[in-house]
Amino acid sequence: MISLHWYMGLAAALFCIGVCGFLTRRNFIMMLLSAELMLNAVNLNLVAMSHYLESLRGQAFTFFIITVAAAEAAVGLGIAIALYQHRRNVHTDSFTELKG
Amino acid sequence: MNTRLLVPNSAAFDWSTAIPAMPELVLLTIGVVLVALDLFVPTQRRLLPWLTVLGVSVTLLLNLGMSFPLRPDSMLANDGYAAFFSTLCLGCVILTALMREMYAEQVNSHQGEFYYLLIFAAVGMMIMAAAVDLMTIYLGLELMALPIYVLVGMQKQETRTSEAAAKYFLTGVFASALLLFGMSLLYGLTGTSNLTAIGHYIAAHGLLSNSALLVALALMLAGLCFKVAVVPFHMWTPDVYEGAPTVLTAFMSVAPKAAGFAIFGRILFSIFPELYGNWGPVLAFLAILTMAIGNIVALAQTSLKRMLAYSAIAHAGYALLGLVAGTANGMMATMSYLFIYLFMNMGAFGILILLARGQKSRESIDSCKGLAGRNPLLALCMLVFMFSLTGIPPTGGFAGKFYLFQSALAAGYTGTVIIAVLLSAVSAFFYLRIVRLMYMSPADGEVALAQPATAMVVALVISVAGTLLLGVAPGLLFDWAGVALQP
Repeated sequence: MISLHWYMGLAAALFCIGVCGFLTRRNFIMMLLSAELMLNAVNLNLVAMSHYLESLRGQAFTFFIITVAAAEAAVGLGIAIALYQHRRNVHTDSFTELKG
Repeated sequence: MNTRLLVPNSAAFDWSTAIPAMPELVLLTIGVVLVALDLFVPTQRRLLPWLTVLGVSVTLLLNLGMSFPLRPDSMLANDGYAAFFSTLCLGCVILTALMREMYAEQVNSHQGEFYYLLIFAAVGMMIMAAAVDLMTIYLGLELMALPIYVLVGMQKQETRTSEAAAKYFLTGVFASALLLFGMSLLYGLTGTSNLTAIGHYIAAHGLLSNSALLVALALMLAGLCFKVAVVPFHMWTPDVYEGAPTVLTAFMSVAPKAAGFAIFGRILFSIFPELYGNWGPVLAFLAILTMAIGNIVALAQTSLKRMLAYSAIAHAGYALLGLVAGTANGMMATMSYLFIYLFMNMGAFGILILLARGQKSRESIDSCKGLAGRNPLLALCMLVFMFSLTGIPPTGGFAGKFYLFQSALAAGYTGTVIIAVLLSAVSAFFYLRIVRLMYMSPADGEVALAQPATAMVVALVISVAGTLLLGVAPGLLFDWAGVALQP
């Protein structure tokens, strides 16, 4: 049987990849994907812990996170479309109107 | 086929368990009714703001009248703490709804969506205020944040709103992911998601020196600091506040921040009280940074809106001082301060809406020039708000800051308080500059001032009255906060 450490290690690695992706990518969609990766790391963590702790709360939590992530993706893509309509790209480097 | 799976067993669900969530359910119903109304009776759109105000007021009274004993495993608590923060957030929603119609006329965008998205965000805030479980904290947070992302970007004809929405969305999602990873670690360590149970488990099993617990604390602190805009997690704040529609900026600088402080307090005081030695000094340092950046950068702003955005950052720093103290007194001071901030900040933004008349070019501080000559009453209101934001007696801002500094001093953070007082003095420069422009500079040509709509006048009167009343009798509010904190 695979021990909990491996699952947690994988989740931590996924989370770190998500953080790195979020901080280095300059495309709105890629940043959104990286954030989703972070959320999935959390899901993995919760499900694995829920299994080993024999408590269902973690799995219930995961369902909520998946649902919220779907809603978040919908809102995020809506914002991406609004951005694209104005400037024909979704690169965060082109965010130049607000600064100071 | 197993039919038992298809027929829901209604006896299995005890409806009485839903009663403590009644105010949230009522508000949710009102939101759905407004959606239907906006969709099917578009001719009656003028009713939407008033229905919003009415519905939210009913919920507010319902919420104040509800008090239930907390069950050990419940996810929402109807305690005084929840009632206090719900009242604060719902009050902010009412003021926003009152101001919105005027702003909508100025920018000529009468979207009915504004009101029900605002109501859904308010439901999220009420859940955050009452949440005593990691799951409800997360759900409340997202239910608050998702409608606000949409609200920020809703006015699509202006280019800067979509940029602001994108920035707000990305930082918000990132912050929730950090917070969630911290939550998952906590769950793994303790096997439960109930805040009190987690606190007891940590104390009973001697987990205090566990490194995973410290990582969880750090991640959750970072996530929460993003949400309440504490330096160094504040980068999004000025841009988002400037880019969002002004009426929404007013809302965002008060209500979501207060709701964020509600879960901040809950998490720190129920889960991590024993780790005070770890988070107290860190928060003290962050509070100093926040006050310094907020106040000093605000000095350099020429746009009134952006100046108020930086001032919002600085005020988050002041409010943090109560948490830094780590005592019930400190929390009381933070709660009272957020309540006072509601009135003074909403009022200041209300006047900005009147001055700017929906034009980006008129958001500059120069539009205050000669206001006393053009409209003495409006100038007087702005004077009260600016004095209060600076912290000059007899306004609410002074009383609030006094309690905050006192609680931090009592906890031994003398240096922090000295810096806070000095930075308050710095802030006087840019707040009182507005007063000077209003009273001592001639107006730039003859600019007609917008005639305030009735709802706007009501909102301004409430703001002025609140600011002055809480300045004269701050004990009322402070005692209420004290009662609210009693278990």
